[in-house]
Amino acid sequence: MFLNTLLRHKGWTWGFRTTILLYFVVLIVLPILGVYYNSFSLGFSNFAGSISDPIAWKSVLLTLKLAVIATVINVLLGTMIAWVLIRYQFPGKALLNSLVDLPFALPTAVGGLMILLLLGPGSLIGGMAEALGFEIVFHQPAIVIAMVFVTFPFVIRAVQPLLEELDASEEEAAYTMGATRSRVFRQVILPSMAPGMIGGGMLAFSRALAEFGAVVLVAGNIPGRTLVSSVFIFGEVESDNPVGAAAVSIILLTLSFLILWLINMLQMRGRRV
Amino acid sequence: MRKLWIGLTYLVFFLLIAAPLGKMTIGAFSEGFGGFWDALTRPEALHALMMTGFVVVVVTLLNTLFGIMMALYLVRASWLGSRVKGLLNSIVDLPYAVSPVIGGLMIVLLLGPDSALGAVFEQIGVKIVYAFPGMVIATLFVTFPLMVREIMPVLQEIGSQQEEAASTLGAYGWTTFWKVTWPSIRWAVIYGVILTVARSLGEFGAVLVVSGNIMNKTQTATTLVYQDVENFNVTAAGGIALVLAAFSAGLLLLMEWSKRRKEVH
Amino acid sequence: MHVEVRGLNKHFGDFHAVKDVNFGITKGHLIGLLGPSGGGKTSILRMLAGLETPDSGEIVFHGKTVNNLPPQEREIGFVFQNYALFKHMTVYENIAFGLKVKKANKHTIQNRVAELVELTGLKGFEKRYPHQLSGGQRQRVAFARALAPEPQLLLLDEPFAAIDAKIRQELRSWLRELIERVGITSIFVTHDQDEAIEVADEIMIINQGRLEQKGTPWDIYKEPKTPFVATFIGESTLIGSAAELKGFHNTGGKPTKALIRPEYIEVGHLNEFKMASATEQGIVKHLHFRGSEWLVEVEVNGHKLVTYRSLEKETLTPGQEIAVLVHRAYLFNDERSWIQENGLKEDPMPVFI
Repeated sequence: MFLNTLLRHKGWTWGFRTTILLYFVVLIVLPILGVYYNSFSLGFSNFAGSISDPIAWKSVLLTLKLAVIATVINVLLGTMIAWVLIRYQFPGKALLNSLVDLPFALPTAVGGLMILLLLGPGSLIGGMAEALGFEIVFHQPAIVIAMVFVTFPFVIRAVQPLLEELDASEEEAAYTMGATRSRVFRQVILPSMAPGMIGGGMLAFSRALAEFGAVVLVAGNIPGRTLVSSVFIFGEVESDNPVGAAAVSIILLTLSFLILWLINMLQMRGRRV
Repeated sequence: MRKLWIGLTYLVFFLLIAAPLGKMTIGAFSEGFGGFWDALTRPEALHALMMTGFVVVVVTLLNTLFGIMMALYLVRASWLGSRVKGLLNSIVDLPYAVSPVIGGLMIVLLLGPDSALGAVFEQIGVKIVYAFPGMVIATLFVTFPLMVREIMPVLQEIGSQQEEAASTLGAYGWTTFWKVTWPSIRWAVIYGVILTVARSLGEFGAVLVVSGNIMNKTQTATTLVYQDVENFNVTAAGGIALVLAAFSAGLLLLMEWSKRRKEVH
Repeated sequence: MHVEVRGLNKHFGDFHAVKDVNFGITKGHLIGLLGPSGGGKTSILRMLAGLETPDSGEIVFHGKTVNNLPPQEREIGFVFQNYALFKHMTVYENIAFGLKVKKANKHTIQNRVAELVELTGLKGFEKRYPHQLSGGQRQRVAFARALAPEPQLLLLDEPFAAIDAKIRQELRSWLRELIERVGITSIFVTHDQDEAIEVADEIMIINQGRLEQKGTPWDIYKEPKTPFVATFIGESTLIGSAAELKGFHNTGGKPTKALIRPEYIEVGHLNEFKMASATEQGIVKHLHFRGSEWLVEVEVNGHKLVTYRSLEKETLTPGQEIAVLVHRAYLFNDERSWIQENGLKEDPMPVFI
């Protein structure tokens, strides 16, 4: 009874609320503001200087390029797999469906290591590729593979519910009106999957931009060639240049926030329709 | 056509998931079981696993507690204006968009030895960056949305009427929460806990930056894997990675199980 | 419990949901809050319960201001529109919840729950979960749960809205009886006028946040105080300009509208009326058989009027010319509203024979 009275006291409520909000602000908001503040702390010219360092901007461009490639691969593969997992019955389907989430559950460093071991110099596939005259690990293809691996579930998980919701009668209606299979696919099924492909694709893209663990192990990190931004940032921190790291960070951050905002807008529009 | 698609799907899963996993397992045992065991029982490996364990426990506890509270506030609190709520709600997702390395960098910038706050803590003898507290904070940052985002939709779905009914029947906040709200969000919380454990277990970028990766001090399992690879000790890295992967697979099974429970309730 | 409400106001953002509402409720009465959806009825109810805080005004229970009391301490029972049963508790646990919270002893709880289960006809369902019950049964559990802690005031938010039309009728009379037997002051919200008229001792008509009128169903029907009440309760036809009706020329010169209820109108052959000069010519447009009487639509001066006609009287046919007498009308303009008898019904120059 006494405890109850104590808990009911206004001061407690107030203290509780303040603690939670403070925790939130200190943990999430403050650090983000801190990065923006720090990258401009030595003036704009310094920021510009950090950015115009060729190693810095080349890393940003490289990240963008590879993330786009990885995203395109993922949208194609993901849509196909989502389709197969929803529309077809076949042995092992449930197992595959569970395995989809594995890249989320697996530590990214482990993912990187797996790719390194599979495709690395001493391995069967690595050796074959080398014999054919192109290299995977420590080159750009490895980065793309790493990105595809860690972002693998996004598109699948975004498209699946849409396909599940798609009313079979919609398709059937189209067939009764004499539409061909490919026409139904293009005009009925594809438009229903599109929001998931775009939304999942954007999530995958933003994750690919940010990926560090898997990439750092397989990329080789050669400035200008296989050095992506997140690894560049890590390098800057290691060499005790946090301001330079912050400058590249805010480019990546702003880009990611923009994507997040776009996804939100997209979802809101989707809800209204 | 149908056979082709199914075949392609199996191929993708094999190339992207099964083959790497298998290769790593073989790699870890390439020097026999003894090699695997030696890699695991190195003092630095044991210490790293222990550090990971500590981080997981502390982060999961804190994130669960604050995650539930934050979700409750974001959905229920009438003392927050709807604009403020909308703003807070969109901020919750920000850690998703932040690269873990940048998350770590943020902590370093804010609390590192060169920063004002870091200096203050240094003075009172608390080391945050390159120490355990920093690793916890970095992991908390990265995992924050997981719990909130699991609970919020459930709270929205059950609505506030059952809670209001409890209050008109004489139950105060605490009783209402345990007797009415908790049974409804239980499975969402469990799912959120599993996600948080999985993520904090595997967190690498943020922890690597914040911890400084000091062997036998701040090194975690994932950062040890990284260091082993850097040192070309691939077999040892494979051993640790295999343990981590086994944990992740277990968590994945748990996730599937709790997802099913969540749907039933 | 005696309930008194003074100057109640509530805003939701820019929306003024409840506007300066005042009323008093006598102990033991069953009150219906009636009005269109979104009119502020539920907000008033929730403020009484303490689930919503008024912006201004006073809520007094038993002579004691309760504005600052949380719902837990107001001694009220609340039945929610969708019942809000605790879905992970059995019927028994749901009903016992309020007693357990109050730390009643085990024996008391068992007896009270058994009593309520009996009262609400839920015997044999104690071990079921809400999802295993029908809508009507859930409703009964909600009543029992609200009544269990012996509240002083029972508040019901659209108690029958989520129930099939068939069972609704049955539940209404059941509720009415139950409340009478328990003798508890009760307020229920509804947008269904039949429900309010049938169940309530007194009705409060709420529209756009205002209390339009309070009174017994008969009083409200007979003497609506505002145009809104007049249109909302009962059937009626609106005539844009009252002066166009014979016998209602004298409306004070202002543009005045008229509402005419079916029973205000009499139709028949000219010789059936004592005051033939007060009648107008009309044409029967449609006839609808209503089981116990005819519903007659007549056109008079381009206005369509509706009235009922006994089956005992001679049956009319569409297109037939007929005399129409408007006995009285509910008139209103910008300033006031009143009920006026037909001015021609009383012979201006009575001749005594």
